Amino acid sequence: MTATEEELVHAPTAHAEGHHTSTGLSNAKLGMWAFLGSDCLLFGGLISTFLLMRAKPVLHGVPVAKIYDIPFTSISSFVLLMSSMTMVLALSAIQKGDHRRARTWILTTALLGAVFVSGQVYEFTTFYKKGFGYSTNLQSSAFYTLTGFHGVHVTIGILMLLTLYVMSLRGHLPTERSETVEIIGLYWHFVDIVWILIFTVVYLIH
Amino acid sequence: MTATAHEETVHGAGHKHPTDANYMLIALILAIITAGEVSLYYIDVGTAMIPTLLVMMVLKFGIVVSYFMHLKFDSLLFRRLFVSGLVLAVAVYLAVMTSMQLFGDDTTSIHQTGKTSASVTQ
Repeated sequence: MTATEEELVHAPTAHAEGHHTSTGLSNAKLGMWAFLGSDCLLFGGLISTFLLMRAKPVLHGVPVAKIYDIPFTSISSFVLLMSSMTMVLALSAIQKGDHRRARTWILTTALLGAVFVSGQVYEFTTFYKKGFGYSTNLQSSAFYTLTGFHGVHVTIGILMLLTLYVMSLRGHLPTERSETVEIIGLYWHFVDIVWILIFTVVYLIH
Repeated sequence: MTATAHEETVHGAGHKHPTDANYMLIALILAIITAGEVSLYYIDVGTAMIPTLLVMMVLKFGIVVSYFMHLKFDSLLFRRLFVSGLVLAVAVYLAVMTSMQLFGDDTTSIHQTGKTSASVTQ
């Protein structure tokens, strides 16, 4: 192979940011974006199912809109929104090589996520006590499935953040591997944008 | 595809990422929009409520995706991948909801439908 041919063959990777792939991009990051794109379909299905079930007349129990605690859910939404800020600050810190600060922000993000999930558990318990169980009516099944799936996503995110924290503590997360934080950050921000949709469409619009 | 176009597809527009202070400012803007959304819930603005809430929601969504997820600065390929999933989801489920008459004015309850079916059978 001549020098010119070699340049042509490796052209996409030559200007890559250290990623020796055919696209010149990180495969892990590309994979995460592909996953997030497909996850839009999952949540799209759950949100539209809830909207369809909410439009049906309630035959048993109470309609979900009557038992919402908007001030409480607003605070939960604010907490999750702020966790997105702490996540991006963690990434910024690790990219600058400030590992101590990165760990602080990662742990803060995980804690804010845990506050959100705890709020959701409290909300579910309160709703259940008010006679709004999973199988009470079509609305309740759709509501718990949608918000429950989101809660599971947040919980998985918290576990990934704690793993990052431990990795960083043990020195397995050098600045060169900051992309790991970025990829988990993408997942975390996605969980946040899904809640932005749920908060408006499910809670505020009625 | 020209070399420049290819370069932009792979690496994006190449702008500098926001600073920590910028991120905090963005979070403040998001918090203000959220406060506005919650206020709208309590203030009766009539038919303007739903469109205004939807616009605020899209604004928040766009800000998080563009700045916190860096999609504004990152490779066009990532943007295309995510937007494809998003557009597909919106299109598919709008079609489903439309076909299920979510946006229609059919207010017939299940009981009434049941009675009608029963009377037709008789």
